[in-house]
Amino acid sequence: MAKPMGSPNQILILFAHPAFEKSRVNRQLIQAVQSLDGVTVHDLYEAYPNFHINVKAEQDLLLTHDVIVFHHPFYWYSSPAILKEWQDLVLEHGFAYGQGGTALHGKKFLTAITTGGDKYAYCKDGYNRFTIRELLVPFEQTAGLCGMEYLPPFVVQGTHRLREREEIDQHAADYRAVITALRDGTIHWDRLPQFQHLNHGLDRLICTPEVSQNA
Amino acid sequence: MHNEGLFVQAFVYLMAAVLSVPIAKRLGLGSVLGYLIAGVVIGPFVLKFVGGEGSDVMHFAEFGVVMMLFLIGLELQPSLLWRLRVPILGLGGLQVLVTAIVVAVLGTIAGLPWPMALAVGLILAQSSTAIVLQTLNEKGLTKTDAGQSAFSVLLFQDIAVIPILAFLPLLAMPVHTAAMATDVVLVAAEHAAPQAGLPAWQQALLVIGTVVGIILGGRFLTRPIFRIIATTQQREIFTATALLLVIGIALAMQQVGLSPALGTFVAGVVLADNEYRHELESDIEPFKGLLLGLFFISVGASINFNLFLQQPFLIVGLVLALAIVKFAVLFGLGRFFQLDLSQSLLFGCALAQGGEFGFVLFSFATQNKVLTPAVAEPLVVVVALSMALTPLIMMANDQLIQPHFAVADVEREADTIDETENPVIIAGYGRFGQIVGRLLVANGFKTTVLDHSPGQIELLRRFGNKVFYGDASRIDLLHAAGARQARLLVIAIDDRERAVEMVDLVRKHFPHLQILARAVDRRHAYEFIRRGVEVIQRETFGSALEMGEEALKRLGVRSYKAHRAALTFKEHDEQALHDMALAEGDETTLVARSRQLMKDLENVLQSDDRELTHEVDRAWDTTALRNDP
Repeated sequence: MAKPMGSPNQILILFAHPAFEKSRVNRQLIQAVQSLDGVTVHDLYEAYPNFHINVKAEQDLLLTHDVIVFHHPFYWYSSPAILKEWQDLVLEHGFAYGQGGTALHGKKFLTAITTGGDKYAYCKDGYNRFTIRELLVPFEQTAGLCGMEYLPPFVVQGTHRLREREEIDQHAADYRAVITALRDGTIHWDRLPQFQHLNHGLDRLICTPEVSQNA
Repeated sequence: MHNEGLFVQAFVYLMAAVLSVPIAKRLGLGSVLGYLIAGVVIGPFVLKFVGGEGSDVMHFAEFGVVMMLFLIGLELQPSLLWRLRVPILGLGGLQVLVTAIVVAVLGTIAGLPWPMALAVGLILAQSSTAIVLQTLNEKGLTKTDAGQSAFSVLLFQDIAVIPILAFLPLLAMPVHTAAMATDVVLVAAEHAAPQAGLPAWQQALLVIGTVVGIILGGRFLTRPIFRIIATTQQREIFTATALLLVIGIALAMQQVGLSPALGTFVAGVVLADNEYRHELESDIEPFKGLLLGLFFISVGASINFNLFLQQPFLIVGLVLALAIVKFAVLFGLGRFFQLDLSQSLLFGCALAQGGEFGFVLFSFATQNKVLTPAVAEPLVVVVALSMALTPLIMMANDQLIQPHFAVADVEREADTIDETENPVIIAGYGRFGQIVGRLLVANGFKTTVLDHSPGQIELLRRFGNKVFYGDASRIDLLHAAGARQARLLVIAIDDRERAVEMVDLVRKHFPHLQILARAVDRRHAYEFIRRGVEVIQRETFGSALEMGEEALKRLGVRSYKAHRAALTFKEHDEQALHDMALAEGDETTLVARSRQLMKDLENVLQSDDRELTHEVDRAWDTTALRNDP
């Protein structure tokens, strides 16, 4: 996967939302990034309404991108069904893992999710009893088995209570900043392990001048 | 008429139209101005091709206005008319009243006796239905707020002509009998109606009876009659019936002393929800267009430039005064009725002229000694010039005034079009088209349906469907069905050749339309693929595939595997269909290629070869995993 130094990372956003037309937050998030250069937004429910996933085409898509993003609402502590189907079919033995399965080695993996509950719901004493990071362990290990670097997740929490347009806009702006920084490599990769969620340390993680001005 | 004969006359008029309209359009002047200029050029004051018979031609051509109102009626559902009642009565009534009073006051100040001034006021309150609607239509402004208001005012004016005719003779210096009041409007003002001597109550009864007759006839008689005519499948007979209908109503209205324009308008409204409406529209449209053109030419030819040259300053001054007074009144009323600023300006500019009824009313008033020729004749020239000025005023409005409001207007217009036109047209509403249509309607999308089997239409209407009669492959009919505003066209007609021709025609005339075509079989599908049709469905493919899937299940294949096998089969078959459609070569190579594609597909579905079974269940197959060291 040798890539000339300094050229931007290609980013693949695998987006899964079975009722996108009703979503408020995810619509803003997607709109914030879909026009960016070097970013491919792949809407899985739109591409495969009958779940008949074209494995070859999906694998080709993975090969031409450097950062793989799973972007979806957090359903039952996991992804919507089609993204699980996608993992089962596309991350094949011999392609993504196992003997000769090195196609994804060295790529970066990000999870971008929205949750209805807020951060107090996702802790030891909250009613979900586990933190987001704990619940995302299957994704973290999937990335690990495929030889991908797992980044702290981008998490928008408490979407049930996000009423004000400005609040949603702020999250959308953050998402755009994260994706742009991943593309341009303007992120302090060494500081990443300090953060549970990417959102928590945007001002310290991204070294573009415009963001530090905003912060 | 002169002796040159009808053909020479027709040649001159047609040549004038054919030469002037394209030039006017190219210069951005609009067709109305083109016709008017052509009229002036061939008229008695320039080339002298046509002379005194200009006014005869005008009377004949006024029938174009009658047809136009019929077509407008067809477009106007009764419910919409009801919604417009406030603008029609309020805006229209006030416009006539206020304009008449202002002009009368100015006239009195200028030294006319007050009855004369009032008569002039009432006559000049009229605007030109023909010019205004044609110009608005050409600019695509009919559905804006200003367009709707202008239409309402014009409609009121058409109605108001009748009481004005009754009232004018009362203004005559020596009080004149009101007998002439029942005189015919518009087509033949000179001929007294035959029953003019009837007592008033009989007259009223006759009028009401005729109107009720038109409404009842339109509601209950036209449908079976059109159905019988349609079953003959003779297009010209349908056209003849449509013309017969309009001319018949015009005659009947004339007999009872009402405006034929008003009568055909009522008939149009009654037929607005009739399934033959689009066919009627496209049959009448060319006649209307030609006659209106003729009418505009004759208006141009009738402008009396001798009179103009005798008193140029007076006439120019009067034209300007007329335009300014009418504009001011209209603009004020527009604001009063809560049109926004740009719409009020458009509304004022559109209607700031005298109307064709003015010619009739001036000659009527002169005959009744309400006005003297010395007053009436210059005013006729003023009205004609003000009509000719309208397209120019509208252009000025377009270029100089509206750009300041551009953004707000564009958005508004798009909205109103969405409201009134359906986004989907379905051509052919048999077993296939119906399912498409029902799914769309069930999800809240409105469809316009065209079918040419009268029996089918009758059946569907009984179940409450909105279906229109007509051969959907005709461009004029598609036009009438709103193809310009629609987004999708579903072609599901039975005639396979015609379906393919339809794709070519639609691509040419409505390139924005996305086409979804039903193919009868593979060869039919090839035709569509080669033409780049967006969506193609072979009519039996989907159901046959499902049947095959069921058969697999009954043979012991698990449901999910059978389902995926069917989907894989579908994708391969559709890919092969595309390849074959675009493949070139002689018969033998094509057959060989087709065999090869079939063979490939069988291999995919049967083989254990890992490369070929790529998309079938490989991920769920753990054979490879077990072999992994």
